[in-house]
Amino acid sequence: MEERAAALGTRSLKREAKVAGLKLAVRMMDLTTLEGKDTPGKVRAMCCKALVPWADDPSIGPVAAVCVYPNLVAVAKRALAGSAVKVASVATAFPAGQSPLDVKLADARRAVELGADEIDMVIDRGAMLSGDYAQVFDEIAATKDACGGAHLKVILETGELGSYDVVRKASEMAIAAGADFIKTSTGKVQPAATPAVTLVMLEAIRDHYYATGRRVGMKPAGGVRSAKQSLHYLVLVKETLGDAWLKPDLFRFGASALLEDILMQLEKERTGVYQASEDFSKD
Amino acid sequence: MSGEIDRVEKGVAHEDAGAPLTEAPASPPALDFGGAWDYAPAPEATDHVHIAPRQQLFVGGRWVAARSGRHFDTVSPGTEEKLAEVAEADARDVDDAVQAARLAYDRYWSKMRASDRAKCLFRIARAIQEKARELAIVESMDGGKPIKESRDVDVPLAAAHFFYHAGWADKLDHAFQGRAWRPLGVAGQIIPWNFPLLMAAWKIAPALACGNTVVLKPAETTPLTALLLARIVEEAELPPGVVNVVTGPGATGAALAAHGGVDKVAFTGSTAVGKTLQRALAGTGKKLTLELGGKGAHVVFADAPIDQAIEGIVQGIYLNQGQVCCAGSRLLVEESVHDLVVRKLEDRIATLRVGDPLDKNTDVGAIHSRTQLDKIRRLVAAGEEEGAQRHTAPCALPTRGYFFAPTFFTGVASSSRIAREEIFGPVLAVTTFRTPEEAIEKANNTMYGLSAGVWTDKGAKILWMAQHLKAGVVWANTYGKLDPSSPFGGIKESGFGREGGRQGLLEYTEVE
Repeated sequence: MEERAAALGTRSLKREAKVAGLKLAVRMMDLTTLEGKDTPGKVRAMCCKALVPWADDPSIGPVAAVCVYPNLVAVAKRALAGSAVKVASVATAFPAGQSPLDVKLADARRAVELGADEIDMVIDRGAMLSGDYAQVFDEIAATKDACGGAHLKVILETGELGSYDVVRKASEMAIAAGADFIKTSTGKVQPAATPAVTLVMLEAIRDHYYATGRRVGMKPAGGVRSAKQSLHYLVLVKETLGDAWLKPDLFRFGASALLEDILMQLEKERTGVYQASEDFSKD
Repeated sequence: MSGEIDRVEKGVAHEDAGAPLTEAPASPPALDFGGAWDYAPAPEATDHVHIAPRQQLFVGGRWVAARSGRHFDTVSPGTEEKLAEVAEADARDVDDAVQAARLAYDRYWSKMRASDRAKCLFRIARAIQEKARELAIVESMDGGKPIKESRDVDVPLAAAHFFYHAGWADKLDHAFQGRAWRPLGVAGQIIPWNFPLLMAAWKIAPALACGNTVVLKPAETTPLTALLLARIVEEAELPPGVVNVVTGPGATGAALAAHGGVDKVAFTGSTAVGKTLQRALAGTGKKLTLELGGKGAHVVFADAPIDQAIEGIVQGIYLNQGQVCCAGSRLLVEESVHDLVVRKLEDRIATLRVGDPLDKNTDVGAIHSRTQLDKIRRLVAAGEEEGAQRHTAPCALPTRGYFFAPTFFTGVASSSRIAREEIFGPVLAVTTFRTPEEAIEKANNTMYGLSAGVWTDKGAKILWMAQHLKAGVVWANTYGKLDPSSPFGGIKESGFGREGGRQGLLEYTEVE
């Protein structure tokens, strides 16, 4: 897995391919803030950036969604009113998932009531690793149900699963239980997304597509910080799943710091020189 | 999802926005590897590489013209353009080179301290690393292999062979269980066109480490990196005549093998030439190693990690356009996973990028020559006539240069030509089996015995298969991995003798 993922990392992307890829990555981004110190002000500022990432070049953005805690969903929803940018909320006792099922379901249901378009749930890794697969599956299915019309992304927290085999099994279960997306990580555990673990999940998505024709989305999250890394992920998608997945409704990046580096690279391609980091909004 | 955020580039959107994703399509789901987001050309810059228009022979530490004054052209298969004229050595030049090697053996190399010989080899290894970029570019220009491979496989492995054997040079007293050993003298080495630099390294490094001197005859069509290696040897200040390089056609090689001053002949190439050589050398007392053709069996069980196996299959048959003696050119798949493997393989070869060998994104480069391309086409036509089903990657091929799209055949009978003959091209023959016994029977049903691969999650099955496969090299859950410490070579009509590892040292020494 690692060998194949690394081989795809050697693709050389220059000029127009680089610009097109980076602009696509921006439109695929779930701009994320998930901190205890998040405030309405912080979230409003991030939403502004989500709508217009770089005022000098209106061809960039907007991003696909912002991702926040349930308490800030309403703030984000107001800030993004009238735009196409979605509001995603983490739920189900994020990030550990170590709460009773009724609490988790209530968490998801409330987030949807507050206006979330997308729910990023966590699986019960304890149950997964102790072999209680039925519980993992049932919780995902119940959460899907609780989401109603909201899209469900299922976070596997691959950094805690220990092997590619378990990641593969968890991917298959999440997909079978009704996930619209599968997602690598909460961002709270290291390692978060890696190209190899993403490839395992993309292959699970591909095999499900072969078997049923249903397209499930993929979201690597956490650890994708540089423009170059984002292009590597796009290459993985392009060469594993093909063109149909190269769009924001089937592939997302969960990231907080990535946007700044992408903007820096795009500005470099546009003007020929690197701008100082201070030139870009830190929201 | 709403179509509003779907502001994607032209050609990216394939579904109607808002269409339910769960709806099963009427035809079987097919992945689309189109040009939604295409990679821009990324050619390796060649302006810093200078190829002299006239290449000379390297004999006795000097660059000399061929005595006949004759030259031949070497052509880039990626562009069909002439790269240089190369001196054509005849029997007189070969005689000069062998005499120079003998002199160097008697006067310097056999008298030098082993640790100093080691230093020479270390210097060559480091110089290969320093000149890696130039070597990789010239290799891709002269031979047509993708720059990705020459840069990441050929050149690093060539350096690794020199490093590895430099390490042995002063430790040979410990290599043969305490038995005494002697060098052989002068080695005549004839190498093929598919891995020109790497094969030169495989031949030269162990020979020098064991105290022999060499005369190397590179393939007629790919002499340039061997001549660059000679330049490196010169700059590493090896004594004159320790390494000699004579370029020319088959006749030059025949003259080298037949020369009375040669103590050892090492040949890598076709089985037909290998047989001729062995006949010619019978009774001469010369030591001989032959590394010849192959028709490697790649066995995939139902319990294998299929996606990884697909990668191994692709590496096994499309690396260097399939022009690899240890290529996994016969795929034996357990019948229950045949359709899945075929489908995945079809999708995988659709993503292979065929074209300019110097483009950093090229996966499959140019076929080595017009002759080789014609041979591949003939055998593929034979496969179609014999009723096998052809699957070819849907890629556009460049109009100039020699290219062949990655191809595999299903429904191949074991008796058919594409299952029996070495194609030496990007063409794979797929057959099925039902039991491990049947897999072994089919895998061993060939005159060759160079390489084989096994894919299964069951360790016991790997060991059982490895025991029963008749091949010099068996890879398990990987394919085509080479390492200087691991002996490589064939049985049956794939030749004899080993290269690499301790076993490889035996081929360049006389052990009491």
